[in-house]
Amino acid sequence: MTREFWKGNEAFAEAAVRAGLQAYFGYPITPQTEALEYMSHRMPELGRPFLQAESELGAINMVYGAACTGARVMTSTSGPGTSLMMEGLSYIAATEVPIVLVDVVRGGPGLGNIVPSQQDYNQMVHGGGHGDYHQIVLAPASVQETVDITYNMFNLAEKYLTIGVVMIDGSIGQMMEPAEMPPMLEIRKDIPDWAVRGGKDRRVKTSIYFAAEDMEKTNLRMMRRWQQIEKNEVRYKEYFMDGAKIAIVGYGSAGRIALSAVRTARSKGIPVGLIRPISLSPFPKQLISEIAEQVDGILVVEMNTGMMLDDVLTAVQGKTHVEFYGRSGGVIPFPGEILKEIERISKEPQKDGRHPRDFWLERMESISV
Amino acid sequence: MAIADIKNMEVVYERPKTLINKITSYCPGCTHGIAHRLVAEVIDEMGLSDKTIGVASVGCSAFSYEYFNCDFVAAPHGRAPAMATGVKRVLPDRIVFTYQGDGDMISIGTGEIVAAAGRGENITVIFINNANYGMTGGQMAPTTLPGMKTTSSPHGRDVEKMGYPIRASELLSTLDGASYIVRRSLHNAKNIRKAKKAIRMAFETQVRGLGFSMVELLSTCPTNLHLSPVDAMNWLEEKMVPYYPIGDYKVHPVLSEINI
Amino acid sequence: MPLKGTIIVDENLCKACELCVEACPQHVIALDDEKITPRGFHPAYLAEDGCTGCSICALVCPEAAITVYREKPAKK
Repeated sequence: MTREFWKGNEAFAEAAVRAGLQAYFGYPITPQTEALEYMSHRMPELGRPFLQAESELGAINMVYGAACTGARVMTSTSGPGTSLMMEGLSYIAATEVPIVLVDVVRGGPGLGNIVPSQQDYNQMVHGGGHGDYHQIVLAPASVQETVDITYNMFNLAEKYLTIGVVMIDGSIGQMMEPAEMPPMLEIRKDIPDWAVRGGKDRRVKTSIYFAAEDMEKTNLRMMRRWQQIEKNEVRYKEYFMDGAKIAIVGYGSAGRIALSAVRTARSKGIPVGLIRPISLSPFPKQLISEIAEQVDGILVVEMNTGMMLDDVLTAVQGKTHVEFYGRSGGVIPFPGEILKEIERISKEPQKDGRHPRDFWLERMESISV
Repeated sequence: MAIADIKNMEVVYERPKTLINKITSYCPGCTHGIAHRLVAEVIDEMGLSDKTIGVASVGCSAFSYEYFNCDFVAAPHGRAPAMATGVKRVLPDRIVFTYQGDGDMISIGTGEIVAAAGRGENITVIFINNANYGMTGGQMAPTTLPGMKTTSSPHGRDVEKMGYPIRASELLSTLDGASYIVRRSLHNAKNIRKAKKAIRMAFETQVRGLGFSMVELLSTCPTNLHLSPVDAMNWLEEKMVPYYPIGDYKVHPVLSEINI
Repeated sequence: MPLKGTIIVDENLCKACELCVEACPQHVIALDDEKITPRGFHPAYLAEDGCTGCSICALVCPEAAITVYREKPAKK
């Protein structure tokens, strides 16, 4: 397949189409609206259902309905939309039907702005709708990675009967990069046995478990599947970790920007490397725990006020020194800022026992209230 | 005993096959039972049980899927029209219907029902209007009558503070996408017969691909009205019918020519 | 002379709501005080002669508990 110049939002849309997407229901919201617009001509071109819903609330419920029929279905949105979808996601999780959701993250909270951030980490990884469930969250850092992850997400979601979230920073949705599209899969003709199909034997897809014992069985069943996901689906990339004494941990665009800083730092002789988690849920706890035993310090870099930071701290379990650097609200850090942090930590790490977020807030004081 | 020998008799009426043979969880005399039965009879008569997917909503009707012998999905409160849209768009040759109460459809679900009707979505909506939130114990609904006492309007609905009821059939009939919008009542045998005809026409609308259809069924909630089922039917005739007139609010021209 | 009819009420379904009692034009349906169903209701039953098999009772029954029979018309 040839490499072509693709815009992130259109790339994930095309990747989903090639994965055999059977229906797309969405709603305009910056910075992912290009995906909706792309789907509005690509899906009908292939004779597949496309609908702009009345709201994100409508969209997620249309996805829910189609998912119950066993169809490959997705939606895409951004923070204010994911909040509206939380109810639907909880129902989808409890009904144990697979869907794919792409979250193109903007600044917030609230209406915020349309520039990129990583503000949805907690909502997607730890929060979400009500109840005991987990969803797979994968975070690419390039358009190609977005294509590959979206293409494979349908298989993952179906394998585990779970919600598969592709979470990309707004920057990745908007940027254009060369990427190679995977082969076009045919729409599959068989449907899973559990799917409703308007046929002879009656099937009911519901999230109601009136008897507490049945609800508990469902919760345990879902948790056992989650255990399998934790065992099998952790993904990450390591860069320059050979002999590294400082490890940067950053995902998505933050990780990519940190990589530039790491390259420069290495050229100056600073023994620093980068861990870029790709699966945020399940989180690479095991890896971080092992790295903590090898390095003198970890710097977590995010485009928020420290969300993955808490997961890193939990995985590190005090085995090494942890610091944090973050820009939020849509501000994107430059490699130079991260390089300054690396240089500071390599000479004089902050070891006065304060929580890394508190120390970071103090350093951010130069940004006025 | 007055039971005659049925060996020499023919069956004039029996339970529809699409209704599963089990006692419902609805209160004695609740018109949900009548509405379920009518929908099941229509599905039987049109031979649709092997082609139908129902969409349950939230309210007493949350359990509607326990009683119909066809595929069902269960929507969050108010979202049934959107869920039905998702199903119908991927399986356009199946018959998709929602079964919703007044709180579900015209309170939290206003966005979804207006959008679905506006889009002319080729689905059928069975709308049960009993002027209160039954499942949660009888609170005020958008359809509660002025002056009517409910657990959240204990002194009677004061239109100054709590607004006026919403007439959903009239509202939705203004939309070009709507093809069959009618209101019927379940308060006596004659009206139940008319209601069944309307439900049949609504499903015919869908089968013929004519667009969005809805039958609003004026209903009772004997338990929360604190009336016997028989007295609740009288309440329906005396109080509800004058405020929510029985009638045809939108009928696609093709439908007026059908004679069933 | 109207045809003779009869009804059978499924006692597993009847909830004694009395809609059929009220609706019957011949007033021949009543609740059976001598019986209690497993659910604790006095079920409806055909208490007197006079059923014509009109099915109005079945029409108003919320549980579809009533099966209606009618004698076949005599051949001339």
